[in-house]
Amino acid sequence: MYHAIVFLPLIGALVAGLFGRSLGAKASEYITSGLMVVAAILSWIAFLTFSFSDSEAFTVPVMRWIQSGGLDVGWAFRIDTLTVVMLIVVNTVSSLVHIYSIGYMHHDPHRPRFFAYLSLFTFAMLMLVTSDNLVQMFFGWEGVGLASYLLIGFWYKKPSANAAAMKAFIVNRVGDFGFALGIFGVFVLFGSVNLETVFASAAADLTGEGAEGVAQAGNVMNFLGYQLDKAHALTVVCLLLFMGAMGKSAQFLLHTWLPDAMEGPTPVSALIHAATMVTAGVFMVARMSPLFELSPTALTFVTMIGAITAFFAATVGLVQNDIKRVIAYSTCSQLGYMFVALGVGAYGAGIFHLFTHAFFKALLFLGAGSVIHAVSDEQDMRKMGGLRKHIPLTYWMMIIGTLALTGVGIPGTYIGTAGFFSKDAIIESAYVGNNAAAGVAFALLVIAALFTSFYSWRLIFMTFHGKPRASADVMHHVHESPQVMLVPLYILAAGALLAGVLFYGAFTGHAEGEHAGWYNEFWRTALFAGPDNRILEEFHDVPLLVKWSPFIAMAIGLVTAWYFYIRSPQTPRNLAAQHEGLYKFLLNKWYFDELYDFLFVRPAMRLGRFLWKRGDGWLIDGFGPDGVASRVLQTTGRVVKLQSGYLYHYAFAMLIGVAALVTWMILGGAV
Amino acid sequence: MSADFLSQGLALSIPELILAAGAMVLLMVGVFVPADRANATVTGLAVALLIAALGWMLFIGGRGEAFAGAFVQDGFAVFMKALTLIGSVVALAMSVGFARAEKFDRFEFPVLIVLATLGMLLMVSANSLLTLYMGLELQSLALYVVAAINRDSVRSTEAGLKYFVLGALSSGMMLYGISLIYGFTGHVGFAEIAAALTGGERSIGVLFGLVFLIAGLAFKISAVPFHMWTPDVYEGAPTPVTAFFAAAPKMAAMAMFVRVVMDAFAPVTADWRQIVVFIAIASMLLGAFAAIGQRNIKRLMAYSSIGHMGYALVGLAAGTLVGVKGVMLYMAIYLVMTLGTFAFILAMRRKDEGNVENIDDLAGLSATNPVMATVLTIMMFSLAGIPPLAGFWAKWYVFLAAIEAGLYPLAIIGVLASVVGAYYYLRIIKLMWFDESVGGFLPVAAELRLVMGVSGLFVLGYVLIGGPIAATAEAAARTLF
Repeated sequence: MYHAIVFLPLIGALVAGLFGRSLGAKASEYITSGLMVVAAILSWIAFLTFSFSDSEAFTVPVMRWIQSGGLDVGWAFRIDTLTVVMLIVVNTVSSLVHIYSIGYMHHDPHRPRFFAYLSLFTFAMLMLVTSDNLVQMFFGWEGVGLASYLLIGFWYKKPSANAAAMKAFIVNRVGDFGFALGIFGVFVLFGSVNLETVFASAAADLTGEGAEGVAQAGNVMNFLGYQLDKAHALTVVCLLLFMGAMGKSAQFLLHTWLPDAMEGPTPVSALIHAATMVTAGVFMVARMSPLFELSPTALTFVTMIGAITAFFAATVGLVQNDIKRVIAYSTCSQLGYMFVALGVGAYGAGIFHLFTHAFFKALLFLGAGSVIHAVSDEQDMRKMGGLRKHIPLTYWMMIIGTLALTGVGIPGTYIGTAGFFSKDAIIESAYVGNNAAAGVAFALLVIAALFTSFYSWRLIFMTFHGKPRASADVMHHVHESPQVMLVPLYILAAGALLAGVLFYGAFTGHAEGEHAGWYNEFWRTALFAGPDNRILEEFHDVPLLVKWSPFIAMAIGLVTAWYFYIRSPQTPRNLAAQHEGLYKFLLNKWYFDELYDFLFVRPAMRLGRFLWKRGDGWLIDGFGPDGVASRVLQTTGRVVKLQSGYLYHYAFAMLIGVAALVTWMILGGAV
Repeated sequence: MSADFLSQGLALSIPELILAAGAMVLLMVGVFVPADRANATVTGLAVALLIAALGWMLFIGGRGEAFAGAFVQDGFAVFMKALTLIGSVVALAMSVGFARAEKFDRFEFPVLIVLATLGMLLMVSANSLLTLYMGLELQSLALYVVAAINRDSVRSTEAGLKYFVLGALSSGMMLYGISLIYGFTGHVGFAEIAAALTGGERSIGVLFGLVFLIAGLAFKISAVPFHMWTPDVYEGAPTPVTAFFAAAPKMAAMAMFVRVVMDAFAPVTADWRQIVVFIAIASMLLGAFAAIGQRNIKRLMAYSSIGHMGYALVGLAAGTLVGVKGVMLYMAIYLVMTLGTFAFILAMRRKDEGNVENIDDLAGLSATNPVMATVLTIMMFSLAGIPPLAGFWAKWYVFLAAIEAGLYPLAIIGVLASVVGAYYYLRIIKLMWFDESVGGFLPVAAELRLVMGVSGLFVLGYVLIGGPIAATAEAAARTLF
């Protein structure tokens, strides 16, 4: 069954990619989508049978891969709760996006290619989440990066799409470099990249010898000239691994590619840049929790980065006008939430937010796609407005997505949307978290929640309410999307509403009383908590105000948005005029693109141009191939001229030759 | 005693005697046979004579020294003489069709070839400076005439005249060198010269003479800077003559070169090695560079042969058994490649234009005559030294010898020069296979097809038959040491 789950998408990708031309678009769509639906159903079966049984985690071997010296890497699926959760997230969203794309990409002539890429992405993502060792994970990691590159640049005739695809790929290289170093580091420390072995030896270090024993083990690694003992080496390895996660999950400093990635078709944004690939970093940190738990420094760093990202992306989201970019910054921000949860040790809450976020963010993106589809591919919200009556179903789906994203629910009860449960769990975890950054993180997350609410409702109000700002021509064509696009929205909406209340207890361990053991029963050994990690006990007793704080933030955001965009549409303009500097700062995304352009892109381009023009063109080509070739021609010309045809020239050459040889012999012979 | 001495000498030199006497007879035959059949008849008889000499030498003739050590018939001599005779036979055979088509039917041509070949055999067997000079002059005089044999062609006569004047100059230099050597050592026999040089202080006069002697030898193998006649003669002479020039005289002259430096001047190896290294490098480089600028395929082959003599000298520069063996194998393989290529050049005939000589005429040959194009492609790849063809192994032997002798710069320059040289060989291949066709050639005569086929097979299959050939060469080379 697990083989089928992982390999059905690959089969679909190969069929559509290699034979799509002859099969035709329709067949390619149905084959890939059909296989994805089968994979999704199988994943749900796997999830239900595995997580609600008491089976141990196990591995499904596929084949041997690399065996070289001490390195022994195989293809295998590691099946535990974390894996099956990721399986349902990936396959559910992927299959819905496949179906949705049948409608959305209806007019595109290259549909077989599109569906092949989508299925290829899914396969790579499944490889990533099922990996049994770090090398296989890296394979999937790079595979999703490749698919992301191909899909962002799917409309390769658009220069902006190509640029965005390259940007995504290159920024991810930075993270991947760290990830690869991290993998090397793991191999140096533990002599294996197999997760089972690594975790076992990590646990032995912790429990067997004790922290002092680890400290006394002596220097085990040299990093950038620093001799590191085992504890510090572990921190370095964790930070390097996290660097990979930062790139893939678009965290602060490596986030710049995600908004640009919106150049890809909207279903791609929903699948890759909202629900699955960008959460690979979160998944990886959760998967490596047995290592991260041993390094409080690394966890503090994770918390810090997560909180900053959540806050930063939310501020930028406040003023963006492109409907997809708003959602993209929202994604960035929500990923920050997840990392805060991981950083404070609440892995369950982090994964839970990943799980619910996949539903409501995919819903929002696909809804946005439906809006864009309706208004003739317009993405600027300033040119929308008043669409509620024309596309009511999309409108209601977007409302559900927004409710879930902003976390509407009644604290203290089990009434609420998916985001309510998962986000509140994270905020409470941050409050009780005991690392140095937790306090700051809590504050930033609450503020970010307020902003989230504001920009989400701003999006709704600008798009669906008020007077239409689109041209009459466009408004004339506005139409509700076909069922093939709406049905995936319904399913995702159901998930956005219900995923929270259904799985809350199991995922986060917030359940009380007789269900208090759910957390351990559910996750079993998939997530690891160190002996100092008491977050599960502690976050039952947070003050009431903390429990209510996300709700209050959400309400303030909602009211402000309503006031700004329904009640008094002049206010935002005046505010922007009054605080022009701040407005520009946010609108230009804190000037990160400009900063990077100045710091990295332009020097790199200058260096590249120098190496190209001077280094390669002038030096290597000039003195190498081109130079040699032209010298040869020149020499040939001269040599041919020697052959003048005059007899006395010939005789002269002979005599000169003899004279030279004689001179040489006399000079050399005298020695 | 004296009679025994004489009869032993005559017995050893029977191949030469066959050719000497046969040439006289052929002259008479040529005069008495009707003019329209004279050339064909005499050519046929000449080929028979040469083959008889070859057969006698290989299967009947003995080995040893004769005429008071002035003449030697050892393994090395037999090997190189065999190559020389094969070159003469094939060049003669290939001339038949050409002679008929181009009205180039003078019966003196085969007679002169026989006389030249006789001179060459004497050169190879020469064991004293006087025998050497006598053989050389016999060969040269015949060749001067052969080069200018197309009397009605201005280019041919000009080439013959240039060759004669320059040849006379080189003979003069050589004679001057011989007299110096004799003056300082008191001997003309190779063994005596070597003995005189051993142990004693090597005088500057001997080295002086050695330079002049080598200059004359280098002229015969057309090594730089004594090569200037080669392109003009190759281009100006009728194509069968060029084919002959490119093959047999090179074998004999190289054999003579090897014997002189390895036998007579072995004690001063370090001195002559410098000269050989210099002319080897100069020949390789000039051959590589100058050929790029050529449009006429015969002229191109002239530069190609200059380059190849340079490579052969690389082996000689090593001055070791491996080196001599390398030279012998190089010459053997070069002979086959050259004859195959000239067979092809002789086959470049169009209906209206007759024989054509420009490499642009080869454009698109693969479309009109794929078999010919394939043969020439094999030859060109081999001349460029592409594995696993014979030309690669030839270079492999000599470079290996140079490396073993520690002559790294020489080997490196040789490899680099062969890279440059590969260009013009590959350009011909490119012309034949990738350019627009400019029309095909007439059907190829049987003897040319045979030569092309045999040489093509040899070049292709050398990797299989190379072992025994190399063993034979090694055994022959051993007789020099």
